[in-house]
Amino acid sequence: MYELKFDESECLSCATQDCLTRCQYMDIDRDTAKAEILKIARGEDSFALHDCVTCYACEEYCPVNNHPFYLIVEKQEELDVPPLPRPLIRRGIQTGIPFRGEPVIEEVNGRALDMGAFADLMYLIQGKLFDDLPVISTDPRKMFHYFCQLMYLHYARTSVIKERLPGILQTIARHNVTEVICFHDECYGTYTSYCPAVGIDVPFKSIHFFEFLYNRLNELRDEITPVNLKVAYQRPCSSRLSSDKHHFVRDIFDLIGAEYVEREYVDENALCCGGTIQGQRREGSRKRAADVQRRNIEDMKNAGAEVCVFNCPACYTTLGRLVAQNGIRPIFMSDLCRLAIGEKPAGWR
Amino acid sequence: MTLTDFKYGDVIHRCFRCGYCKFPINWMDVNNCPAYARFRMETYSCGGRLWLTRAWLDGEIEWSDHLADILYSCTACKNCEVKCPLSFNIDILNMMVAAKGEMVERGEIPSAVKDFLENIQRQGNPYGTSRTKRGDWMEGTGIEEYQGQEFLYYVGCVGSYDTRGQQTARVLGKVLQKAGVSFGVLGNDENCDGNEVKNLGEETLFEMLAEENVAQFRGLGVQKVVTLSPHSYNAIKNDYPGFNGDFDVLHYTQLLQGLIRNGGLDVSGGYNATVTYHDPCFLGRWNEEYDAPRAVLRAIPGVRLIEMARNRNGALCCGGGGGNFYIDLLGGSEDSPARRRVREACETGANILAVACPNCLTMLEDAVKAEGLEDKLAVKDIAEIVGEACGIK
Amino acid sequence: MDSVYQALVDIVGQEHVSNRPEELFIYSYDLGTTEPHRPDYAVTPRTTEEIQEIVRLANREKVPVVPLGGGLSLAGLAVPFKGGITLDLKRMDSILEVNEKARYALVECGVSQGQLTSYLERNYPHLTHSEPGAPPTATIAGNVAIHGQGDIAQPYGFNSDMVNGLEIVLPTGEVCKFGSCSIGSGWFTLHPLPDVGLFLGWSGTTGIITKVSIRLFPGRRIRGVGQFVVEDEELVPEIMYKLSHTQMTEDIIAFSQAIPPFASGLQHFTINIAADSEKELEFKQEMVWDDTLGEYIRSGAGGFLGFRSGLQRPQVSKTSDWRKGGGFEYVGSIMPVDTYPECYRRGREISERHEIPYTVLGRCVGTAHAMMFSWTYAFNRADPETMKQAREALHETDDLVLELGGTIWKPGLYGQKLVMERLDPNTLNLMKKIKQMLDPNGIMNPGNWEVS
Repeated sequence: MYELKFDESECLSCATQDCLTRCQYMDIDRDTAKAEILKIARGEDSFALHDCVTCYACEEYCPVNNHPFYLIVEKQEELDVPPLPRPLIRRGIQTGIPFRGEPVIEEVNGRALDMGAFADLMYLIQGKLFDDLPVISTDPRKMFHYFCQLMYLHYARTSVIKERLPGILQTIARHNVTEVICFHDECYGTYTSYCPAVGIDVPFKSIHFFEFLYNRLNELRDEITPVNLKVAYQRPCSSRLSSDKHHFVRDIFDLIGAEYVEREYVDENALCCGGTIQGQRREGSRKRAADVQRRNIEDMKNAGAEVCVFNCPACYTTLGRLVAQNGIRPIFMSDLCRLAIGEKPAGWR
Repeated sequence: MTLTDFKYGDVIHRCFRCGYCKFPINWMDVNNCPAYARFRMETYSCGGRLWLTRAWLDGEIEWSDHLADILYSCTACKNCEVKCPLSFNIDILNMMVAAKGEMVERGEIPSAVKDFLENIQRQGNPYGTSRTKRGDWMEGTGIEEYQGQEFLYYVGCVGSYDTRGQQTARVLGKVLQKAGVSFGVLGNDENCDGNEVKNLGEETLFEMLAEENVAQFRGLGVQKVVTLSPHSYNAIKNDYPGFNGDFDVLHYTQLLQGLIRNGGLDVSGGYNATVTYHDPCFLGRWNEEYDAPRAVLRAIPGVRLIEMARNRNGALCCGGGGGNFYIDLLGGSEDSPARRRVREACETGANILAVACPNCLTMLEDAVKAEGLEDKLAVKDIAEIVGEACGIK
Repeated sequence: MDSVYQALVDIVGQEHVSNRPEELFIYSYDLGTTEPHRPDYAVTPRTTEEIQEIVRLANREKVPVVPLGGGLSLAGLAVPFKGGITLDLKRMDSILEVNEKARYALVECGVSQGQLTSYLERNYPHLTHSEPGAPPTATIAGNVAIHGQGDIAQPYGFNSDMVNGLEIVLPTGEVCKFGSCSIGSGWFTLHPLPDVGLFLGWSGTTGIITKVSIRLFPGRRIRGVGQFVVEDEELVPEIMYKLSHTQMTEDIIAFSQAIPPFASGLQHFTINIAADSEKELEFKQEMVWDDTLGEYIRSGAGGFLGFRSGLQRPQVSKTSDWRKGGGFEYVGSIMPVDTYPECYRRGREISERHEIPYTVLGRCVGTAHAMMFSWTYAFNRADPETMKQAREALHETDDLVLELGGTIWKPGLYGQKLVMERLDPNTLNLMKKIKQMLDPNGIMNPGNWEVS
């Protein structure tokens, strides 16, 4: 019912095949890239389907927004070439099932911050930045009613996304929200990239969390004291779906006096956290994930980062400890912004 | 009242009696519930008390003096709430208070508790000593009555009437004077803060006290309060807002920490001792203030601060809470929590056991005597240590 | 009865005896579904000598004695079925000795698991003991007495296999020692002196353990848990065999449960790995995940969920709160590892029929020589109907254990009867003789293992 808006002719006439030639996890030349993407488009098997680590980057690389990543994962499902072992897929699907009752719907009639499946991070939402801001999905027992489902791209289960997402959108809409500030970057990607790509209607406007933070910081400009920290940024996979908002990272750092260190793995060249790679079926996945993480953190260290700024809680869970063990302090972007206006986030030393 | 009428009737059965409520900071022993440490019969542990309470409300067990004693042996130290791994833990103390409240309603309480409450009702303090003597501790100090100064220095019942408490109240007053703090006291007009009354289940009396105190404070234009006792701190900070009493409340260690840090109080006279600090329940577990007292001690030259194994939210209650500094249901044995605590303090090698609560002060000092440790360990309130360090005799 | 009370007071002091309903009430109850029975006295002794006196008194007056440690057997093993004296042993809580070279700890019977864990962590971090999954208030002696298993059951076996010596007060009041301690040679070995098989697994009916010397094992600097998951329960036994063959792991557990949803219909493994260095850890992980389990990952039949350093000891059991009900009980069994699939399927069926969300778990004991398999049934203590359902499910499960070719671990009265019905008649007869010889007046925890 929801069909991916993919146009094979775009790939045929593509001059670069950036989607596959720029892939950080497969070594593919242009000719091979063209052959493989066309195979995939036509429903044939390709090694790229087996070796893709689902990092989302090709969604960003494609110069014409032809959704190569969404295409890959749809075909992985169609041809039964899942990146993850079946029990992990089933586990992932079952994780998203709400089982602790129905959410309490309070009407907002305006804009609200949506915590999505991260209601247990409500402790981050405090202080002046969030003054008078209504929040939805605040109860960890009910948060899966607000789960955007896009995680299932890693599981090659777009069928599950398409099945559940309309209901999720309805739940959010019942709050009578006009604008939804998405706490999780992936929610934003779901509502602004994935939904249009497959034709799902989104009954509200989505605001990127960093755009909200940046605007709010501007309102509180007088209260900003430069943080004077050398920062690295852990760019999540989902950020590839909203590359037009990625500039807010640098904008915020500039505004709050954080020095954005010069790194190799940055912006379009960023490395994913490796969280999903670790469990993949592809030979050597456990070591591959460890290697990606090691290179990522070495890069931060070589660039002189004191702090690693996180966007995504899943990246934080995967990398936070490792980052800290390497002498770099992990912090969420919103907490860094709180620091800048003189507040004291819990656990920050 | 039956189990169905009981406010927590649908929750009290959720205790599994796993025993976590007995633990200190880790699993090193099961002696961190003061009543259980004293008696070592299951009935005295938090879980045992909850099961017993349920059985009483359900008619399985009849009320008796002994049952009342068991309930009132709870010092409300909050160790159980903090250690219980189940989600109903936030209601544990509320359940105990509600159960005691039921006993109060029926008039079926230990006679010592009855005296305690009646004394407060009549004389504004549990000792039953006349109100006209409440301000005696101030004599000769030059401390002023409250008349709109920056702080109301609220002393509390133990500080006003207990000998050692009075000494501490005096010293603290002098320290505040020396630091140039603008403060005043209520003297004979001060009334009980009601913290123990609430934990003894006498809701009506507590409401009356809270309302009267709030009216008195507001009538005088009080905005900031600094308390001697963590018990007062707890009641005024956490309960009085529910009676329209919104004040900025500090425990004195918090005020002193700020004064020392910004140079308002000179402690360079020092205090030469190895000190171990006992976290009072109503400052520590109840209000999560573990740092200010330690900061004050560390700021004093000559103080070598050494921690007991059981510290912070694993501290062993002195056994004085829940009115027990007066009712004394946990005394009389080497297993009494206060005596266990001073033995523990001694084991650290410290020669001073520092406290920040007048209840703890009395309880632990008596325990030192009972243990025969007078030549090894002295109990001092932090105010006294600070007093010496800034040259107050 | 008054004279008994007075005699007890004379032995332990008034503070440590009670005949009042408020104390006796608590000691009537097991935390599971067993019906309560009230003792006549509750006593908290401090020394072996006091226990001896109490036992002699009990023999004189023909009063039952029920020894109690942490009270967490959940099988009613310390419920005073015939009244008498409940002996709460937790005041005997001294750790008497830790011998680093011979790797053992000598403890009194009231020392808890948590106490030993924290003592070793603080003073001997290179030594560890096998800590069971029960709350840390459970006692070392009690756990050994019921043949418990802990988090190094793989590869070291039952906790009762780790005993170097025992001090026992016999039902007639004499004190006996077993092991090298009995010839004054310290507490370092049980063998090759004559067996102590008369006191473990007997539910306290043949004597009271007052001291136990328990083996300690190498405690490594880094300890953590890795998780693996399969869908097909038939794969569980072969994975357990393969993992235990590597000799690179400690605790190996497989579990499945209806709630939370992520676990339903799947078999999760928790696999403990310990190492003294990152090099050792990486090597072990390579052996376990890449070499041994790699075939399942590549074929898509099994998934690796990651490894996390830091062992949660003990594991907090929130099972009791699942039905917001303060209670659960489980049937524990010792089964051949290859019965896992059937145990899972049949257990699920029993749970579903009794409308209880299913919870099953299998822990390797020894080098997969056997497994402890448990079926857990949560109930709401405030709702007698759920307790009834749980009790029925438990009984059905006891039957199931024997049907599937295993044996019930620490059985309650119902399970004991089932086991005795199947016991070799000569063995049963020998048990009867042993009990009669040791406990001629039948005072020790009566009701349990009563051979008619």
